[in-house]
Amino acid sequence: MNVLPPFQSLLDEHAADVMAVLRGAVGRSDADDCFQETFLAALRAYPKLGDASNLRGWLLTIAYRKATDHHRANGRRPVPVEEIVEVAVSDPEPDGEIWGAVATLPPKQRAAVSLRYGCDLPHAEIAAALGCSPEAARRSLHEGLKRLRKELT
Amino acid sequence: MKDALDRLADRADAENLLDVAYATVDSPFGQLLLAATPRGLVKVSFPQFGAEATLEELATRISPRVLEAPARLDEARRELDLYFEGKLAEFELPLDWQLSDGFRKKVQQAINRIPYGRTSSYTEVARSAGNERAVRAAGTACGANPLPIVVPCHRVLRSGGALGGYGGGLPMKEALLKLEGVL
Repeated sequence: MNVLPPFQSLLDEHAADVMAVLRGAVGRSDADDCFQETFLAALRAYPKLGDASNLRGWLLTIAYRKATDHHRANGRRPVPVEEIVEVAVSDPEPDGEIWGAVATLPPKQRAAVSLRYGCDLPHAEIAAALGCSPEAARRSLHEGLKRLRKELT
Repeated sequence: MKDALDRLADRADAENLLDVAYATVDSPFGQLLLAATPRGLVKVSFPQFGAEATLEELATRISPRVLEAPARLDEARRELDLYFEGKLAEFELPLDWQLSDGFRKKVQQAINRIPYGRTSSYTEVARSAGNERAVRAAGTACGANPLPIVVPCHRVLRSGGALGGYGGGLPMKEALLKLEGVL
């Protein structure tokens, strides 16, 4: 039988990582809301979860979906401008130029870089969280890093 | 992070996702773990049982949606504090009996009718639960009380007046009976 641990233990073990990933993915100011949405969705689904073997991957998958929803919702409110300028969706992180640059990456690259370096996830887990193949995860990470290198030098 | 977690507990409660809220509270007998469902207090656990084991039991027997959310336990904490100070004779907070059933539940509810400062025996409790001869089962039911202190199993003694047993240890049983002026 599938035994689910008390939900609190998921918070104790993974809340900090989920927050770190979300800060990388949507920026510090919006990460709090995405964090609430992530854990409320997880709490809703939890009693019916069939497989408790990778709770961390499960939570990060939900977090990634919430970050994507967040970007989509922002994308639906376009602001007309004369000239299109590449800008960060959120203000750059106060704690580092690098994470500020990460926040300007396209969503998939941003998520891959955040999961790899914000959260120390291996490629297989990044792939699980992004819902893509490990090769695709590796490619997003590679593209993201290439772009960061260009921007930061 | 603490703010985010507090907010999460509040929202989970508002959206009916907080099946079991718990808190640890200090007492003269060490840290107690209190847990409540939306219906009422469901579990009081002594330190020697281990918080982790208790939480796992709650997750398995009630719901895995178990969160540390002290707000729901405020009333229980308040009444327990008053009780330990000798200023409260009868607990008024709602109880959820779902961790007990059958004869055990009847015994525990009989225990819950023993007034402050009085004692009863395992035999009397068995009788009051509807089966005078089930004295041993009544003893087991006392030991399985999910709500010690609040449901006063410390007021149940052996027929000869000997203390009998107690989940929190005999010194605690003795101290509670002294607090109530029995010993």
